Amino acid sequence: MPNKDIKLVSVPSPNFVPERDLGKPLVLEVSHLGIDFGGLTAVDDFNMAIGATEIAGLIGPNGAGKTTVFNLLTKVYQPTRGTILLNGKDTAGMNTIQVNREGIARTFQNIRLFDSLTVEDNVKIGLHNSMNYHMYHGILRLPKYWKEEKAAHEKAMDLLKIFDMEDMANAKAGSLPYGAQRRLEIVRALATSPKLLLLDEPAAGMNPSETAELMENIEKIRDTFQIAIMLIEHDMNLVMGVCESIAVLNFGKIIAKGTPAEIQNNPQVIEAYLGAKKEED
Amino acid sequence: MKKHTKNSFLNYGIIILFFVIFQTLVSTKHISNSLQGQLIPICVYIVMALSLNLVVGISGELSLGHAGFMSVGAFSGVIVSTALKHSVENGALRLLIAVIVGAIIASVAGVIIGIPVLRLRGDYLAIVTLAFGEIIKNFLNVLYVGVDAKGLHFSLKDEASLGLDIATGTTIVNGPMGAVGITKISTFFSAIILVIVTLFIIQNLVYSRTGRAIKAIRDNRIAAEACGLNVTKYKLVAFVVSAALAGSAGALYALNYSTVVPKKFDFNTSILILVFVVLGGIGNLTGSIIAAALLTVLPELLRAFSDYRMLVYAIVLILVMLITNNEKARILTTEFKYRLKIKKKSIGNKEVSE
Repeated sequence: MPNKDIKLVSVPSPNFVPERDLGKPLVLEVSHLGIDFGGLTAVDDFNMAIGATEIAGLIGPNGAGKTTVFNLLTKVYQPTRGTILLNGKDTAGMNTIQVNREGIARTFQNIRLFDSLTVEDNVKIGLHNSMNYHMYHGILRLPKYWKEEKAAHEKAMDLLKIFDMEDMANAKAGSLPYGAQRRLEIVRALATSPKLLLLDEPAAGMNPSETAELMENIEKIRDTFQIAIMLIEHDMNLVMGVCESIAVLNFGKIIAKGTPAEIQNNPQVIEAYLGAKKEED
Repeated sequence: MKKHTKNSFLNYGIIILFFVIFQTLVSTKHISNSLQGQLIPICVYIVMALSLNLVVGISGELSLGHAGFMSVGAFSGVIVSTALKHSVENGALRLLIAVIVGAIIASVAGVIIGIPVLRLRGDYLAIVTLAFGEIIKNFLNVLYVGVDAKGLHFSLKDEASLGLDIATGTTIVNGPMGAVGITKISTFFSAIILVIVTLFIIQNLVYSRTGRAIKAIRDNRIAAEACGLNVTKYKLVAFVVSAALAGSAGALYALNYSTVVPKKFDFNTSILILVFVVLGGIGNLTGSIIAAALLTVLPELLRAFSDYRMLVYAIVLILVMLITNNEKARILTTEFKYRLKIKKKSIGNKEVSE
């Protein structure tokens, strides 16, 4: 191997976090992340830092690689290059399951619920790893089973209350209306008690009033659970309204990062994604 | 009471009712010999169907070698039972030991097959279990086991190479002739107990943390992984529990006959059990019980048709499929259920208004 003597020093990348998160450890620190599919570079040199209670947005035109970034963070794909530090811990070599246990939960662009399970059971799957009883406790219906199931039921109901979904608890997840399915996915992700919640187009298919409600709820979730949230969204009202920092992705590369105001006025972003300002509204 | 608790009790009820009816018929001698001989096989096939439903219905994987696990249980059960003939005099206790050993050996086979295969995605399990069933059948065809005062003797060559002591030795498994000289210790009562234990294990498993995880993985593997579920582990749990139950059923089945040949547990038997599950409704335990019971006695009942028996059997299968999958039939049943609900509700409302 040539160049064995060269030592790389980590340099502070041009990252920023909200002022209130200053001094707290970063939830996520991604540097030079990239992935190739054959000859195609889907994501390249992706750098990002997310503060402990930050709401970050990831926007960009279709096919820019936004969902690929989520899939890299959750290890659905193993990155070709770069490092992902989760709470300061390198996630290299981890799989989806381990990354979830380390604190990343996500929702999916095309909803992925457990359709034949009830709403409550969907949330309980999120609580699965926090429940603490063995298979034989369940088969023999030992006291521990009843205790843990009861606690899980109460916790699931509490979580469903965030979106006022308690009365749907016994309905089959697959039978819910679209908007409710999206909300249930968020609740299920929250049930895994994450430190970072990834929302992949949470407002897709929602009407304006549902979207407005979702915006409030995203902030409410951040405040009650004190977690960081990163979201991909095409609805600019939601992104500009709720995100504290925004990264714009185009052809797999970040073309701009900044506050909503900065992004809105960035000529490169306007050209690549937002379009002329008059058309925007 | 929750709906699934109701269903669970319904299943126990059906089995107990089945037992009471046939026990009375047997004791009052109102039952034909051939049907009486079918009672234990019916219970065994109910257990087989229930356990296969755990893999096919609950876990969503296709297994085509369920009879293979049955034969593993059957032969290990027979070997244990014959070997312990003199040390454990009590038949019921010996049966219990044989059934437990059958379950353990079958679950070991389940782990060996499950670990490499369940890590893969797609229909690999179907292919591997199919091969497993055939391999086990051929292995048992060349297996010779005997017991004498010195203990168990195994051989893969022939009976003579077992080197059994002439005075005290007995051959237990004799290659293609199968297990011979079995003392029948299975009873209808013990078979019913096994069905109830099976129901207890499967139902309680399905409605616990583990069962929920298994169903979630079936519904959406990617989402399950994103929720931190260990997919391979839970698929393996379902598969091994199913194999263990099939093994115990196999042991009970074999100990109901004086001889059992390996050929009995071939691909056709695996498919037969799969037919019970599909016909009863995938994932529907009550359906599995009824389908297994009816389709086990059906060939007996069709004896009058002699040569056309299998033809009629096939026609019955097709008819059941058509009726249960018929749009009109489904509309009728949903309407019926809906009306029942309205009736119940109106009764409930009256109580409130009064």
